Amino acid sequence: MSEPYVVEARGVRKWFGSNEVLKSITLSVSRGEVLCLLGPSGSGKTTFLRCINHLESIDGGRILVNGELMGYRQRGDKVYELKPREIAEQRRSIGMVFQRFNLSTHMTALENITEAPIGIAKMPKNTARERGMALLDRVGLADKANQYPAQLSGGQQQRVAIARALALDPTLMLFDEPTSALDPELVGDVLDVMRDLAQSGMTMIVVTHEIGFSREAADRVVFMDGGVVVEEGPPTQLLDNPQHDRTRAFLQSVL
Amino acid sequence: MASTTRTVASDDDVVAIPLRHPGRWIAAAAIVVVLGLLFTSLWRNPNVDHPSITEFLFDPRILKGVWLTIVITAVSMVVGTILAVTLAIMRMSSNPVLRAVAFGYTWFFRGTPLLVQIVFWGYLGLLYQQISLGVPLTDIQFFSADTNDLIPALVGGVIALSLNEGAYAAEIVRAGLLSIDHGQREAAYSLGMGPGYTMRRIVLPQAMKVIIPPRGNETISMLKSTSLLAVVAVAELYTAATQTSSQNLRQVELLIVASIWYLAMTTALSIPQYYLERYYGRGTARELPPTPWQQFRGWTGRMSGRWQNRQIARAAAREAVDE
Ligand SMILES: Nc1ncnc2c1ncn2[C@@H]1O[C@H](COP(=O)(O)OP(=O)(O)O)[C@@H](O)[C@H]1O
Ligand SMILES: [Mg+2]
Repeated sequence: MSEPYVVEARGVRKWFGSNEVLKSITLSVSRGEVLCLLGPSGSGKTTFLRCINHLESIDGGRILVNGELMGYRQRGDKVYELKPREIAEQRRSIGMVFQRFNLSTHMTALENITEAPIGIAKMPKNTARERGMALLDRVGLADKANQYPAQLSGGQQQRVAIARALALDPTLMLFDEPTSALDPELVGDVLDVMRDLAQSGMTMIVVTHEIGFSREAADRVVFMDGGVVVEEGPPTQLLDNPQHDRTRAFLQSVL
Repeated sequence: MASTTRTVASDDDVVAIPLRHPGRWIAAAAIVVVLGLLFTSLWRNPNVDHPSITEFLFDPRILKGVWLTIVITAVSMVVGTILAVTLAIMRMSSNPVLRAVAFGYTWFFRGTPLLVQIVFWGYLGLLYQQISLGVPLTDIQFFSADTNDLIPALVGGVIALSLNEGAYAAEIVRAGLLSIDHGQREAAYSLGMGPGYTMRRIVLPQAMKVIIPPRGNETISMLKSTSLLAVVAVAELYTAATQTSSQNLRQVELLIVASIWYLAMTTALSIPQYYLERYYGRGTARELPPTPWQQFRGWTGRMSGRWQNRQIARAAAREAVDE
């Protein structure tokens, strides 16, 4: 792991039909760095996250994860999209947490976590279960291992989802508004887990409207609007002393 | 004072008398009477020979017919389901050719009568005397056989039922797949699962709870559709019954025998369906639905509870009058 950057995005462009959603995004994330991505709704934050693990293809630029071109193979000066199973292979090192948890309803909390290690990484079942239990313990839900998602609160489901995303030992974690679908009193537990994760040295990109969390946990905050990075900087600088009107207007609206 | 009894009718402790439904009881009684009359008239009918019903109920020919009906139903449902899943996935594919083929298939097999499809497979031998596998436009042949040997009536019948079933079930499977939130796939992909794995382990199992209930209906329907194979002389239950009655001229009795068996089979089917629904419904409710036994216990409990409530309410009313 000599690569200094876990994510290197250079001039990433994305169109949905005639709508240019990402207009040349250039952004690097170092190992162990926690980057918070702020921006108004529709500014392209989700799309950018989804491009990083190639849930969306990109129409221009390059995204490297751990030094490897994500979703494509370069031959000469041309790039070719990879086969689904090659892309699947690349995604194993990237964990993703969604706004709406997306746990499988037919599996218990533990089964949700062990599915990928057993079925994809071919880990022995016992090892996977032990590690799954350790992950549940880490997110404070060891006693919920055999509960189905419908039996858990939103905050508990999201913590299971975080444990699931960690199950394959990713080197990068992507969070897309992980607390936006939660009742206010449940937000804290999820943010605690994320804070612990950040402290443990995980590289994280977090799309969030939780300014408080960005202030304490982020190494760097990026403000996006209209498909471009408007400004970036350490949390104190960007949050307390924004340089752009758009950043200022946004911060005023969420605070 | 009233406080010594548990039937206090104070203002904040009102024992409600449940709403009565006299209409329901009258309707139920009328239906029972009509059914009873119908059944007696059939039973008393001098043209129905009861001993032959009992005699033929377990006749070896009939039992063989029952068995064949079960086998045909099972095979056609399995093949039909595999076809249906394939067609449903094709319908949802991004490849327009696959989509069009799946659409055309469903359109054709749902749009023509099942009876016609069965007869068509039965008469395939008239259309193609030989079926052979070889390199087109050359004389090279790996394999060649007489159509009627290769596809006997039974196989033709099963093919017809399966193809037809596939077309109907495809829509059910598709509805099931569409009912699964796209986020399920995204989460699976983000964990490094491929499309096939995601379909098999994540999407289909969750779609099952939408797919299973109508599939139970389809199975019952299939069980009865097997009787259509009579037109190509496959000795399933209905054919066995009519062939037997053509010898002993007890048509009505044998139809009753066949109906008893069809009813028995469709009734027995509800058991696996119930447990399948329970299995695939796991995790969707906070608690699993009760088994029939638990339901029965709950019902008797409720009935006796209701009865007790009524006694309490009556006692309270009496007391109120006394005061
Ligand atoms: N699958 C899609 N198809 C078409 N347009 C999309 C799609 N996903 C997102 N968009 C559009 O892209 C823009 C950015 O969306 P998104 O990345 O979700 O923004 P954010 O997460 O910052 O709110 C929006 O205008 C949205 O309507
Ligand atoms: Mg978003």
